[in-house]
Amino acid sequence: MTAQEAQVEVTAVESAHRRAARRHRVLVHLTQLAVLVVVLGGWQLTVQDNPRSVILYGVPSGILGRLTTWVTEGTAIGSLGDQIATTLEEALIGFAIGTALGIVCGVALGRVRFLSEVFGPFIKVLNAIPRIVLGAVFVLAFGLGIESKILLVIVLVFFGVFFNAFQGTREVDRNFIANAGILGASRWQVTSQVVLPSAFTWIIASLHVSFGFALIGAIVGEFLGATSGLGVLIKQAEGTFDANGVWAAMVIMAVVALAAEWLITRLENRLLRWRPAQLAGPDL
Amino acid sequence: MRAEKSPPAIELRRVTKRFTTDSGAPYTALRDLDLTVDEGEFCAVVGPTGCGKSTTLTLVSGLERPSAGSVAVHGRPVDGITPGVGFMFQTDAILPWKSVVDNVSAGPRFRGVPKKEALESARDWIRRVGLAGFEDRFPHQLSGGMRKRVALAQNLINEPRVILMDEPFSALDVQTRAKMSDELLALWDLTRPAVVFVTHDLEEAIALADTVVVLTAGPAATIKARFRVDLPRPRVVQEIRFDPRFLDIYHQIWDALRTEVDIAYSQSTRLDDDRRAS
Ligand SMILES: Nc1ncnc2c1ncn2[C@@H]1O[C@H](COP(=O)(O)OP(=O)(O)OP(=O)(O)O)[C@@H](O)[C@H]1O
Ligand SMILES: [Mg+2]
Repeated sequence: MTAQEAQVEVTAVESAHRRAARRHRVLVHLTQLAVLVVVLGGWQLTVQDNPRSVILYGVPSGILGRLTTWVTEGTAIGSLGDQIATTLEEALIGFAIGTALGIVCGVALGRVRFLSEVFGPFIKVLNAIPRIVLGAVFVLAFGLGIESKILLVIVLVFFGVFFNAFQGTREVDRNFIANAGILGASRWQVTSQVVLPSAFTWIIASLHVSFGFALIGAIVGEFLGATSGLGVLIKQAEGTFDANGVWAAMVIMAVVALAAEWLITRLENRLLRWRPAQLAGPDL
Repeated sequence: MRAEKSPPAIELRRVTKRFTTDSGAPYTALRDLDLTVDEGEFCAVVGPTGCGKSTTLTLVSGLERPSAGSVAVHGRPVDGITPGVGFMFQTDAILPWKSVVDNVSAGPRFRGVPKKEALESARDWIRRVGLAGFEDRFPHQLSGGMRKRVALAQNLINEPRVILMDEPFSALDVQTRAKMSDELLALWDLTRPAVVFVTHDLEEAIALADTVVVLTAGPAATIKARFRVDLPRPRVVQEIRFDPRFLDIYHQIWDALRTEVDIAYSQSTRLDDDRRAS
């Protein structure tokens, strides 16, 4: 067999593999579609003929109708875009501040023994409080505007990021730190170029969960008292026995959460480019 | 009056190192160890596993302090990480999130050399250790031998006057190892820093070094004997093994080393027996 023939053979095998992979993907997507059709169709069929059930549980066609009116005519409390923008603003600002604070405090306490000895107990106590309750305090203290929601989001996001940053800092391979020290790194350079990149694996893992918390914080804050936002929309729909409205708002939140998840995964792939490719296996 | 002799590159005097083990009991790894390495001397350290070879290196580098005794580099007592010392660790310690060129240029960058200059000299060193073309790879994309080369370049770029090497080539296959040993000798010959080279492999030790130091089995290890290797340089590692003088030296050192290896081995099997008994 000449080299060229071997080459042809390899590409033939490769393209067969690729075709098989494509068939596999199509099969997966078709099955997913079937699952959706069965679930939504079943829901629609069991509920639609019973007006009481339609009101109590909502119905897919009604949810779709509600979403369409919101987009075309706006909601009872203003345009849909404004509601989404308010909630997103609260979630994003709070998420950014909470994450930054979490990383700074986590790395500082992980690096400086004195700090962790002093503040460790305080943080444990604060973490033990059901923090969502603080939302009520913040609304009372800071009013119905976005500030109280941002505060609640910060509090919810901070701890998750903090504990991961702290743990990530403690788990840095001692050899890397020793090596950087030998090469002439100062303590600060060790922190920024050895500890932080190494801890990023841990920190980024916490961001996925934390963004969920950020959305929850913003919505709950709006429940507790606000003039606009998706939380207000949900509360209002609930108050008027509009199950379709609650579902519709949830669909919107799911889309926002998925978009954020996608962005965080992009960031992760960028920052953790240096890692070997993940082991093959099912991925969610 | 005699002219004052310049101090040796490394001087350990009556050094003792105790560790506190997890159970709280102290473990004496080294006791009353004396070791002197002159400027430009290539010193190999051999000894049974767990006797304290790596510990000795961490004491010289300043990563650890002795429990008793004194450590000096170029006549200056060691307190904290010693400047001008390079250290190739037993396990990979190059930074996995930095590319090859960023790893090699890390030392100069840490010390404030402008980026452009640091990268330039890093490329130079990458070429010298035979990694040209791999500048932008991440460590996980390299073979074990290539990672060792990166570690070597990363240290040599700082032009250390003392280099500590902890079994740098032990994970490599025999051929790669011989080749890297030759390259190491060639690079060492350029600036002739003092080297302490820890190895399990007596042949490697003799082929590379001016002096071979044999440590006793732990605990409380110390220097058992010190041998001069007066084989001519430049040497070719693969070929020098057939030199009759090489064999002669090998037998001498092996006599000293064997008893220690036997002691270490009987200790470890006795520990196993104890464990099985309890
Ligand atoms: N941080 C530590 N705490 C407790 N004991 C330690 C510590 N570091 C080393 N030791 C002990 O000191 C002894 C010497 O260890 P060292 O790593 O120097 O051995 P070594 O000669 O380099 O062995 P090897 O050839 O296997 O690398 C060992 O018995 C080890 O268990
Ligand atoms: Mg060792």
